[in-house]
Amino acid sequence: MNSMERTLTTLGHREPDRVPLFLLANMHGARELGLSLRDYYASAANVVEGELRLLDKFGSDCAYPFFYAALEIEAWGGETIFFDDAPPLCGAPVIKRAEDIDRLQPPPVESSPALRRVLDAIAWIKQRVADTLPIIGVAISPFSLPVMQLGFDRYLELMHEQPQRFQRLMQVNEEFTVAWANAQLAAGATAICYFDPVSSTTNIPRSLYLETGQQVAKRVLARINGPTATHLASGRGLPIVGDIADTGTAVLGVSVLEDLAQLKAAAGGRISLLGNLNGIEMRRWTPEQAELAVKRAIAKAGPGGGFILSDNHGEIPFQVSDEILLAIREAVDRWGRYPLHWVGDWVDPDAT
Amino acid sequence: MSDLIKAFRESLETLDRVSAEALFQQALAAQTPIAAIESLVVPALEQMGQAWQEGSVALSQVYMSGRFCEELVERVLPPSDPDRKHQPRSAIVLLNDYHALGKRIVYSVMRASGFELFDYGRMDVEQLVERAIADRIRVLMISVLMLPSALRVSEVCARLKSRDSGIRVLVGGAPFLFDEQLWREVGADAMGHSASEAVTIVERWMGDMA
Repeated sequence: MNSMERTLTTLGHREPDRVPLFLLANMHGARELGLSLRDYYASAANVVEGELRLLDKFGSDCAYPFFYAALEIEAWGGETIFFDDAPPLCGAPVIKRAEDIDRLQPPPVESSPALRRVLDAIAWIKQRVADTLPIIGVAISPFSLPVMQLGFDRYLELMHEQPQRFQRLMQVNEEFTVAWANAQLAAGATAICYFDPVSSTTNIPRSLYLETGQQVAKRVLARINGPTATHLASGRGLPIVGDIADTGTAVLGVSVLEDLAQLKAAAGGRISLLGNLNGIEMRRWTPEQAELAVKRAIAKAGPGGGFILSDNHGEIPFQVSDEILLAIREAVDRWGRYPLHWVGDWVDPDAT
Repeated sequence: MSDLIKAFRESLETLDRVSAEALFQQALAAQTPIAAIESLVVPALEQMGQAWQEGSVALSQVYMSGRFCEELVERVLPPSDPDRKHQPRSAIVLLNDYHALGKRIVYSVMRASGFELFDYGRMDVEQLVERAIADRIRVLMISVLMLPSALRVSEVCARLKSRDSGIRVLVGGAPFLFDEQLWREVGADAMGHSASEAVTIVERWMGDMA
């Protein structure tokens, strides 16, 4: 099987030849090219070259031409702050006062140089890989985007204290997210990763999710012209797995704070899981610890398919070494081959 | 009292300000302001912090509750009130990071628990070390979200130690929650899993420093 066949088979809740590995180490492309993150992300050609080198080196089962989340805010007129060793962040909030929401309009995708760089990168990668592996585009959920537009504290206050303005903001953001996701699909992306950390039960209670984030997701995902994966970016989601499946998404990116076996049971064959290696701990893992973490995740969620091994945040920290990424790769090759006969007899050495 | 705490906590979790206010007034009618805070507000926020760690309460509830309680406490116990817990001299900072919500929550919960503390906003290592020493801080609370920011805490701790400052460093934020060994690695004296745990730790240190 090639990576595309492997991924599609597992998303059909059947067992492919081995567990697919989505190694989302997008920042490591800059290191491959010897560039700063600022210079790396300034050019689509850099990201394409970096991504292709990463695919060659680590054999991930997807291409992930994700630049950085703040790039969407550049389209709204915001600025990005770059670091040498961390993902770029958005600068000052683009919505200064709540009243600004009343006149807010979604920016056209085609007029943003930053968004166009991503579309170019997707198109060029598509020319190179064709349909042999999935190309994952990224769109921040309209419900989570305001964390960058306003700041998290002001957004929570808006959500609770100004429901009409909150709804108006969702309407505007939804138009943008749908256009942005569909532009990536038109450029060659196979699927869209819909990052929605605010919907996580780490951040809001289920009751509020059902009234807000879930309604937004239902409306938006129905208008995206391709498959989606919802990612909670390390946040908890066990109490809302079924609710997220109801939005029509195919995959859920899950947290290491929750048990994969319980998540798999909650998914009940309705939604596939993506996760949940601990990217923060990964920085200090030994190859043996990496192998154990891979083995544990596969044992809990691999049987029957419906599982893609990945980190739990959707972005592996820059501080994680190539040695550990290669150890993860090798562990998947060793322990991820179906059928997973070893799982039934395996005893987790760290189990209490 | 436990029924009152339970009812107060439920009012906070459902963002029912009217009910929370009434319950607070009920506690105030029978006690001094500081006693009402310590017997009602602090335990309710502690329980919510514990519930957030366990995944049964969300950050939005912790944030909105902390903000509301901060307002309540501010009204009955202004910063100049002698009952405010001035010791140890404390400060909170966002280190090399731009994600301010965690710091804002801890600040609110500390103040809602009767503490006064400096809010340093966002600082880099150099600024922070100089300011903390100049202010004769005893407890420094550092909040971060990004892993590289968490790793920079080691520079803060090393510099504070080299200056014999005697400042105790309490860290919190996502990287420390996802890697339970990280706070020791960077040389901090403790980590708070939640805002209310930070209050508990500072209260314990108050006892040590007395």
